[in-house]
This record gives sequence, C-alpha cells and structure tokens, in this order.
Amino acid sequence: MRDKLLQLLIISVGLLVIVKLFSLQVLNNSFSLINNNASVQKIYEFPERGYIYDRNKKLVVSNDFSYDLLVVPKDVNQADSIIISKDFNIDLKIFRKRFLEAKRFSNVKASILLSNISKHEYAPIQEKLWKHSGFFIQKKSKRTYNASTAANLLGYISEVNKFEIEKNSYYEIGEMIGRQGLEKTYENKLRGIKGVKFFQKDKFNRIIGSFKNGSFDTLPNASKDLTITIDLDLQQYGDSLMLNKRGSIVAIEPKSGEILALVNSPSYDLNSLVDKNRSLNYKKLESDSVGKPLFERGLQGQYSPGSTFKIINALIGLQENIINNKTLHKCEGGHFYAKNAFMRCHTKEATFSDLNNAIYTSCNTYFAKTYKGIIENYESSSVGLDKWNDYVKSFGFGNYLGYDHPNGKPGFIPTSKYYNRWYNNSWRAVTTISNSIGQGEILTTPVQLANFAATIANRGWYITPHFVKEIENDSINDDFKRKNTTLVEPQHFEPIIKGMVDVIDIGTATNSKINDIKIAGKTGTAENFVRIGGIRKQLTDHSIFIGFAPADDPKIAICVFIENGYWGSRWAAPISSLMIEKYIKKEINRKWLEKYILDGDLSSEYLKPYLTTNFTINE
Amino acid sequence: MSSIKAKNFDLISLMLVISLIFIGLINIYSVSYSDANSIENFFSKQLIFVIFSFSICLILILLDINFYFKYASIIYIILLLSLILVLIFGKEINGAKSWFNFIGFSLQPSEIMKPVTALAIAKYLSNIHSDIKNLKIQFYSFIIILAPISLILLQPDPGTALIFLSFYLVLHIVGLPSLYLNIFVSISILFISTIVIGMNMMLIIIGCVFSIMFLYMIYKKIKKNKLIYLSFFSVISVLISTLIFESIFEQRHRDRINVVLGIEKDLSGIGYNTNQSKLAFNSGGFFGQGFLKGTQTKGDFIPEQHSDYIFATIGEEWGFFGSLVVISLFIILLLRMSERTAKQTNLFYKIFSYSAIAIIFFHFTINISMVIGIFPTVGIPLPFISYGGSSLLSFMILFAGYLKIDSQKKSKW
Repeated sequence: MRDKLLQLLIISVGLLVIVKLFSLQVLNNSFSLINNNASVQKIYEFPERGYIYDRNKKLVVSNDFSYDLLVVPKDVNQADSIIISKDFNIDLKIFRKRFLEAKRFSNVKASILLSNISKHEYAPIQEKLWKHSGFFIQKKSKRTYNASTAANLLGYISEVNKFEIEKNSYYEIGEMIGRQGLEKTYENKLRGIKGVKFFQKDKFNRIIGSFKNGSFDTLPNASKDLTITIDLDLQQYGDSLMLNKRGSIVAIEPKSGEILALVNSPSYDLNSLVDKNRSLNYKKLESDSVGKPLFERGLQGQYSPGSTFKIINALIGLQENIINNKTLHKCEGGHFYAKNAFMRCHTKEATFSDLNNAIYTSCNTYFAKTYKGIIENYESSSVGLDKWNDYVKSFGFGNYLGYDHPNGKPGFIPTSKYYNRWYNNSWRAVTTISNSIGQGEILTTPVQLANFAATIANRGWYITPHFVKEIENDSINDDFKRKNTTLVEPQHFEPIIKGMVDVIDIGTATNSKINDIKIAGKTGTAENFVRIGGIRKQLTDHSIFIGFAPADDPKIAICVFIENGYWGSRWAAPISSLMIEKYIKKEINRKWLEKYILDGDLSSEYLKPYLTTNFTINE
Repeated sequence: MSSIKAKNFDLISLMLVISLIFIGLINIYSVSYSDANSIENFFSKQLIFVIFSFSICLILILLDINFYFKYASIIYIILLLSLILVLIFGKEINGAKSWFNFIGFSLQPSEIMKPVTALAIAKYLSNIHSDIKNLKIQFYSFIIILAPISLILLQPDPGTALIFLSFYLVLHIVGLPSLYLNIFVSISILFISTIVIGMNMMLIIIGCVFSIMFLYMIYKKIKKNKLIYLSFFSVISVLISTLIFESIFEQRHRDRINVVLGIEKDLSGIGYNTNQSKLAFNSGGFFGQGFLKGTQTKGDFIPEQHSDYIFATIGEEWGFFGSLVVISLFIILLLRMSERTAKQTNLFYKIFSYSAIAIIFFHFTINISMVIGIFPTVGIPLPFISYGGSSLLSFMILFAGYLKIDSQKKSKW
C-alpha cells in the first residue's frame, strides 16, 4: 500500500507542475508582463506635432529642429581627439573639457557634447559621424511661433507633470503636453499617437534585439494640422492698436461664429516659453500681478457691460410688448427710482425720447423705464425677473459659451433667487434698476458681448463662437455648426439695428464713422471699483463698444473693451471701427484716427490705484 | 554476487539519466554562451564533472556490495565529522560555510552526506532486530537523519537540510506509524494558515471550531480526551509557528514565503528572481525561443541561471514543449525506479533505493516549484541538469547505488 504512495506522489507532483507550466507558458501570454519586465525597454517614436494655420492658411505655429551631439565616452577612441574635434568643428580644448565632464558623469551612458546644433551645422557633422565610434545625434523638436501674437489663445506646450501622468497613462516623464489655449484643447489632434518599439535588454542595460520579434510594437499615428478661425493680419493689427492699453478685442464672423481675432493686452511672446529660459520667463509672466498678461481678458474678464446692455433690454421690451418703436419716455435728466436715488442721464432734461433716439443718445431713463415695465409686466417681480433672465441667457450670457478654449468665465445674470437671498424677499423692479443699464450685479465677458453683437447682426441667432476652422483629416465639433436661437423674434431686431447705426451716424460714436461701411454699434461706459487697502475706490470707467458691419450684410461683429478708458467713444469705438475697416477693406484710410489710437497711452491711468496720493478719475 | 548481471541491468533508467545530463549540458552551454569566459567556466567544468562522476560511479559499482553494508556506519561517521570540519575550515560562499576548497575545485560534503545517510539508515533499519514500530528504533532513526540536518543548518544551508526530510518519506513507506505523518501534515497546514491569516485570526477560528465540536460531543456524550489533546496541539502549533516565523526566521526567509503565499508583491525586490523566471517561461511560449535565442536567458536577468534556475532557461528556449519533455523524463525515471524498487525484497536494498528516489524526487519537486513560483526560493539544484560538481556526484552515487542494487534483486542474498 505504502509502496504506491510514492508513485502517487510522483504522478501528482508531475501533473501539478505541468498544469502550472501550461498556464504560465501557453495560456498566459499577456502584455501586462512587459510592464514589470526589467529586461524590456520601450523606445517611443513621436510624430511631429501638428502645425497651426490661420484662416488664410498662414503658418502660425510650427516646429523647429535642432540636434544634439551625444557621446558615450567608453566607445570613443581618445587618441583621435584632434581629428574628432576637427571633424565636428569643436575647439580642441572645449572638446577635451566636455569629454572629461561626460566621462565623469558616466563612462557608459550618453551625455550631450554639443547641444542646439542648427540644421545648417548638422549636415557636415552627420557626414563624418560614421568615422568615429561613440558619437550619435539626437533630434530635438521645439515649437516655433511665426507671429508673436495671441499667446494665451494659442497656448504653449511643456513637460507633463506628475499629476498629468497619473491622470492619463499615455504620458510618461519628459514628454510634452499642450498646457494652455488651443494647444491644450486640441492636444490629442496636434499630438498624434506615439509609436512604441520594445527592445530586449541584458542585465547591463544594453539592447540586444527586439522583444518578441516586435509583435507588441506599434506604429506612430500621425498628428493633425489645425486651421484656426483667427485672421492673423487682423489679430496683429489689433495687437498694435492695443499697445499701451489694457483690455481685449474679440471679433467674430456672425454667420459662422468663427472668432476672427482675440486680442489681449498686455500680451507676451510665446517664443520666450520654448527654450531653456522657459520657466524663468513663465515665472515673470505669472508674477506680473499688475498687467496680468496670462489673464485672457477676452474670455476670462468679467465686467459690467455698461450701456451696451441697454440693447438687450430694448429687445426684450419689444418682444414683451412693453415698448414699440413709437413709445416715448420723458427724460428728466435722469431717473428717480427711489427716494433720494437718482440715476443721472446725459441727455437733455425734459426731452422726449423714442426708442431710436434712446439708443443713439444712450438715454438711461428710457431703458430704466423699459426694464421696470418688463419686470412689472408679471404677477410678481420674481416671475418677471426670471422671465427677463431667460431672455438674457438665450443670448449666451450668464454661462460658459462653450467655445473650444480652456479659459473662460460664466459671467453673471441675477435671478430672483439671488435677490430673494440678498434682500430677504422684499425687492421690486426698481431695486434692481441697475440691470437696465448694465451696471450692478450683471457681469459679462468680452467674448459674450462680441457674441451678442453677432447675434444682433444675425437678427436673433448665433453659432457658438469657436477657434477651430478645420482639423486635418477630421471634422470639427458639431456644436460649432448649430444655430442657437434667442427668445426674441427676428422682426424686433430691425428697429434696434437702426438705432445702432444711428449711434455711429448721429449718436454717441460719430468719431468712428467710416464713409462707405455702415456700422451698427453701441457704446458703453462701465463704472468700476477697486479695493485699495480695504477701501472701495472708483476708478476711471471702462470704455466699451460692441458693433458689427456692414449693418445690412454683417461680415464682422466686434467687442472692444478698454479698461479704464472712460467713454465708450473715446477708445473702444474708434478701435472697433479701425478693426472693421482693416478686416473689410484690408487697409486704413483714416490715418489720423489710426495715429490717435496708436499713440494713445493709458499707462498713467493704470498706475493710479498704486499711487499713494489721491487721484481723480474720468478726466 | 558483486557482478552486474546484464539481463537485470536497468538500461532504460540509465538512458533517461544520460538524457537529463545531456539536456543539462546543452542548457548550461546556452546560458554561458553570451559570455566567452563563462563558457569556459560553466560548460567545460560541468563536462569535467560529468566524466569525473561517471568514473567514480564506475569504481563504486565495481566494489562488492558487502563493503558498503559493512562500512556504512564508519562512512557515515566520517562524513558527519567532515560536516563539523567544514564549519571550521570551510569556505564561505553566498553566506554559507558549506564548501571544502581543493586545488581549483570545491566540494560540498553535505551533498555527499545524502547517499551516505541513505546507506546508514538502510543499514540500521535492515537489521533484523530493528522494528520500525518500536519507539526506540524510531528515535534512533530520527537521530540518524537529524544529525546531518542540524549540522547543515549550522552552515546555514536550509535548502539542503530540507532535502533530508525526504528520508522521512522513506521511513513512512517502510512502515513508520501514520501518527507522525498526521502530525507533520497538520503542523504544516497550521503553519501556512497562521502565516496567511495571522495568529489572532487562527486562534479565533480554532477556538470556534473546537468549542462547537466540544459542545456537540457533550451533547452526544462522546469521550472528549482526544479532542482536548487536539485543541491543545493546535493552539500550541499556532503559537510556535508564529514564534518561528517572527523570531527564528530571518527577514529574507519571511519575505520569500510571503511572496509565494501572495501576501507580498514586490517584483523588483524580493520577488525579483521568481518574477524574472516566470517571465522567462512566458517568453518561451509553446515552442520556445529556440536554442541560444532565449531573450531572458541572453539578457542574463535570472540569477543562478546555470544552477538552481536552469529550468527557466529550458522553459524559455524550448518552450512548454521542452519543459514537458524534461518533466516527463523525470516522472518516467522516478516511476520506473520506484516500481522496480517496490519489487525488491531485501530491506537494506529497498531502503537505500527508496532513499535515492525520495532525494531525487524532493529535489525535482522543490526546484521546479520554486522556479515556476509556487514554492519559496530555496537554493537547491535540479538533479542531473543543474550545474555543480558536488551535487552531480551525489545524484550519480545515489543513482549508481540504485542501479547496482536493482541488478541484484534476483539473487538470493
């Protein structure tokens, strides 16, 4: 009996081992083993990052190559140093010094001997490379920006950080990722997909051949070029106009929602963020808390829209039948909305305004009364305000617009809930009367205002503004083709547009007239405040203009926002008109106006909050 | 009587062993192929070992079997002395003092101790007065086995010491009461369970199980003496297991056990060998990478690839197919040897043969299990295949002993 025990044991051990081996060798041929395998080295092949072109196919962002000459000291025949230094065109002393440094770092690992060799210098070196063992060339690619503009819009690339590596298993240490702007939004398209080759290493870390005959290797997937909606000429012209001013220009093609220009001032040169001084330069930009060049005002700046917002109240008034274009309101030089509360108005006292007149003179009283009418048209202020809120939001205000750029702010359009909490449920239309003239709680971003201008230009609809025009071998987001319709019917836009044309012809912005282009627009002047040492101080008003042209067949809608520029007609309107002229006529006839803007310098205005002495505003 | 009768000679087993040695040589060549120096070192040295071992075995086979019977005790004592001497004069390799250094070659007395212990135990138990059911005889048998174990543990070489437990299997086959086996198996189970689920949990489980059984027995009015002993035994086993594991084992031993039991996963540290070896098998696939083409093998990632981990090379270069051939050769050899030994009537012959089989079987089982990652890392060679002079000599002596005895079985002696 016990004689059989041994045989039984032998057979069972044999079977057990065979089963385990079968599972290990035949069943479990898994890829996961590669990752824990000390003997497998992955070598990646990166596709060249995609180029970025403007709407006219002008190259905006491309790549430049430079080469590094690397050396593995142990493989070098040192007796040849003189010939080597001659062949590679390195001074013999420098060569010897660097070679020694490399050797000190590691005899078997590669060190950089010469870095940033240009294409031009590379050719003769490459010809002689075969003569000397222990040297090899490594190609490096870096982003080049052919136009120093639209820095925040384009964004930049830099090495992935630990957080990004954890979040996305695609990336590994040392790889580049689009970190801001369109480089970030279209990272996957611009990047392509890297290919990988697996190599077998020996225990000395030497590659001894391909791993499993390359059965796990993958080919790189080419990157895609991006064509953006920006008109580079217009964008750069905008840059020049914005010199020494702070603010933004957002120009949109109304019928397509394509953003033609997004100018941010102050800006910076992206080329300063590519080479080895990158982090230093970035810190400088980041720490500039006065100019805030990294703050994309056009997308992130939330301001009171000022008088430009009167237009929307007029539109809602028409839709809600509170006013029609015959409605007259008496202006008493202002509007008493509560006891001892008086909204001043710059129109003459005791005149009657109709809608057209109210728009081009920007009469506060008229719009205050209209707004009051809208809110009081319903059973309660709450219902009225929420109805008003729905209208305003249908124009793209009060929320993220949904464009293809990572930066943005929603702005703010108050709801009844907001006032209920603030005023403890006891408020009336007049309590919120500032909403009528775009002051108070309302916050909008310049891109929302530009989109608003485009919506008026389209007579009631807009396509979500966007920056992508075309992706090579790919399609763009369907959201950028769909019309968003407002709650105001198209017929109500015509009287408004007539008023806006008159703003330029006979109204608040006559200085911005172009003889053969009919511009429709609205100026705005927004009060703004700053906290200095805990004390709220008023600064010079922001200068705002929204508009589009030609009024009958709009090609461009625009919003210009000049921080602390005072009247809308002082800076924003002329800048808008120059942008419109540049875009439509490609050249500027009104050289005097251009000179006035180019020479305009608001630097002293921006210094005011930092002065220790008292300052005056709105001069 | 001393002559080998050609008719009874187990030629097939000899052919199997020669095949295994040949496979060993091929793979040792492959492992050392990438490095010119180690070819000279490992492959040609192993070739010398093979020739040397065969010559020694030929001499041993030609000697009269009575010689061994007569001098078994003396040879055993001489070898025990050599185990003591190696602790004093031995050369330390890999942290163990197990080697005598002669001109150029080293010898591991603990390896030679294996056939010698087999001889000693065979002689002791084949004595007409030695009844294995007798407690005193059991005690002395254990002493014969435990003496070399203790000396080897002092070197320290726990792997080789572990192999001496194979004699226990022999004792069991020739009639040692099952109680010992039961105790041994229970302790093993308790030991492993304690490591896996921890001492406190084990004590709780034991407490629960025995309480339930106890209550059941009270209810059924069954005698409870045995149960009380059993519960005591279990609790003490658990406590001692914990004590051994935590205090006597060194961290590296604990780590190795933990890796196999899946408690720890550290693929670059403790589990490195096992992981690399598993990768080699995986890389081999069904038909293998081919002779001299194993990537893990060429990369030289597996430590002790020429000796203890040689089976990984076989697995990678010859695939599942190759591993299957080697395992089949072993299984056929061991089954054939044990079947022929079972027919043996002479107790001295039988015990020695079984010892030879058990030792080879233990080596085979532990080594292969270790290489494929189902047993903790224990440095012991794969019989006939792994590089190493002393171990090859030891296996060849055991096998030669079997061959000689096997050819004798028809004689009346």
